[in-house]
Amino acid sequence: MSSFLSSSIGKKLIMSLSGLFLIVFVLVHLILNSFLLFDKTGELFNAGAHFMSLPIIRFGLQPVLAGGFIIHIIYAITLTLQNQKARPQKYAVQNLSNSSTWSSRNMFVLGGLVLVFIAMHLLHFFVPIQIEGNVHDDAQLVKALFTNGSMGLVYTGLYVLGAILLGFHLAHGFWSAFQSIGFSNKIWKKRLEKVSYFYAIFVAAGFTIIPLYLHFFA
Amino acid sequence: MADKILKELTIKVWRQKNAKAKGKFESYKISDISTGTSFLEMLDILNEQLINDGIEPIAFDHDCREGICGMCSLFIDGRAHGPDDDITTCQLHMRKFEDGATITIEPWRAGAFPVIKDLIVDRTAFEKVLQSGGYISVNTGGVPDGNAIPISYDDAEEAMDAAACIGCGACVATCKNSSAMLFVSAKVSHLAKLPQGRVEATRRAKNMVAKMDELGFGNCTNTGACEVECPKGISIANIARLNREFLSATIKG
Repeated sequence: MSSFLSSSIGKKLIMSLSGLFLIVFVLVHLILNSFLLFDKTGELFNAGAHFMSLPIIRFGLQPVLAGGFIIHIIYAITLTLQNQKARPQKYAVQNLSNSSTWSSRNMFVLGGLVLVFIAMHLLHFFVPIQIEGNVHDDAQLVKALFTNGSMGLVYTGLYVLGAILLGFHLAHGFWSAFQSIGFSNKIWKKRLEKVSYFYAIFVAAGFTIIPLYLHFFA
Repeated sequence: MADKILKELTIKVWRQKNAKAKGKFESYKISDISTGTSFLEMLDILNEQLINDGIEPIAFDHDCREGICGMCSLFIDGRAHGPDDDITTCQLHMRKFEDGATITIEPWRAGAFPVIKDLIVDRTAFEKVLQSGGYISVNTGGVPDGNAIPISYDDAEEAMDAAACIGCGACVATCKNSSAMLFVSAKVSHLAKLPQGRVEATRRAKNMVAKMDELGFGNCTNTGACEVECPKGISIANIARLNREFLSATIKG
C-alpha cells in the first residue's frame, strides 16, 4: 500500500478523490448561499448557517473538510514540485495553446489563487460566525460586507474574481478527477468534459450572482 | 503543380558537443529550399552546406523516413514533430513554413531523455519501461494460433490502436510535466485488451508504472497535449485504462 501511495498514479488518485470531495462541498456551499437570493428577510439563510454551526457539523464534518483541503494542497505541491524537476532544461520556444486548455496548464496557479481567496473569505465569515461566535444575524453580516460603502464594491469584485478563478479550476478539475480514477474512455471523456464545463459555469455563475445581487439590490 | 521555392530561411538550432557539454543555439542561413523538401532533407542540405563551410554537421536522429519507426524527434517551433498534425518529423514538409522564417529546432527536453549530442536524446528510458513488463512471457504461436482465440472486433481494434505507438517520445516532449503516461498506457493497453496479455496484466501495470516513476518522468495532469501531438493519434482514453489497470492491480495485490 505504501508503494501505491508513493506512486504517481496513487498520488493522482488522492488528488482526484480529495478534489471530488471538495467539489461536493462547493455545491453544498452554493446551495446554502443561494438562500440569500430566495428569502429577503435572511431567516432562511440564518437557519442554514445555524445548522452549519451545530456541534455535529463543527466537530464532526469540519475537521474532515479541513483535512480534504490540506491533503489536496499538500499533494498538489508535491506533484507540482516533481513535475518541475522532470524537465530540468526548459524549451526556448514551446507552443501548448493549440494542444491543451489554459486552465489545464495552470491548475496550480489557479488553486493557489483560490486558496488566497479562501483565506480572505474565512476571515470575513468563518472567524466571526464560528470562532468568535458573536454574530446573531448571519445574513446581515454577509449583506454588510457587500454593501458597506466603497469597500462593498471592492469586496463584491474580489468575490466575483474568486468565483471565476474557482470556475476555471473546476473546468479542468472535474473531468480530470474522473480520468485519474480511471472512470473515462473515448465516449465518457466527451460527456464528462461537458458536465465539467456545465458544473464550472454553474458554480462560477452562482457565486458571482449572489454578491452582485447583494451589492446592487439588497 | 511546381513546388514553390523558399528563398531564404534562418535555422536556429541547438548545438551541444556531448552529454556533458553546455549547449547553445546557433543560427544558420539556408537558401533556395523547395516546399516539396521534407524537413529532414532540408537538414541534410544544411549539413552539406555546413560540411563545405568546415563546420561540424548537426547531429539528429532519423531512420525509416516513412513515419513508422519512431526514431526522428525534434521540437520544431515549439511543437513536437513540428507544425503539422499526426505526423513524425520525417513526414513534415517545408510547405508548412513561410519564406524568410526563422525555424527554431530543439531536442526533446526531459530529465529522463538526456541530450547526447545536438538534437539527439537518449530514449533508453522507454526501453527500460518496456523491459519492466511490456511483453508476454508465453509463446502464443503463429497467425493461425492467434486466430484460434475469439476476440471481439472492438477489443481487437482498441488493442491495435494502442499498439500503433512507435515510442518516439513526442508525448514526453510535449507534456508540460515530461510525463510518460501516454507511452506507458499505450504499451499496457494493447496487451490488456487481448486475452494473451491478461495473464500478466497485474504484474505488468505495477512494474511499468514503478519503472516510469523511478526513471524521473513527471506526473500526468490530464492536459491532453500528448494525444494532440502524438504522431499516431494515441488517445488519452488509454491513460484512463492504465489508471484502472494500476488501481485494480494494487487491490489484487
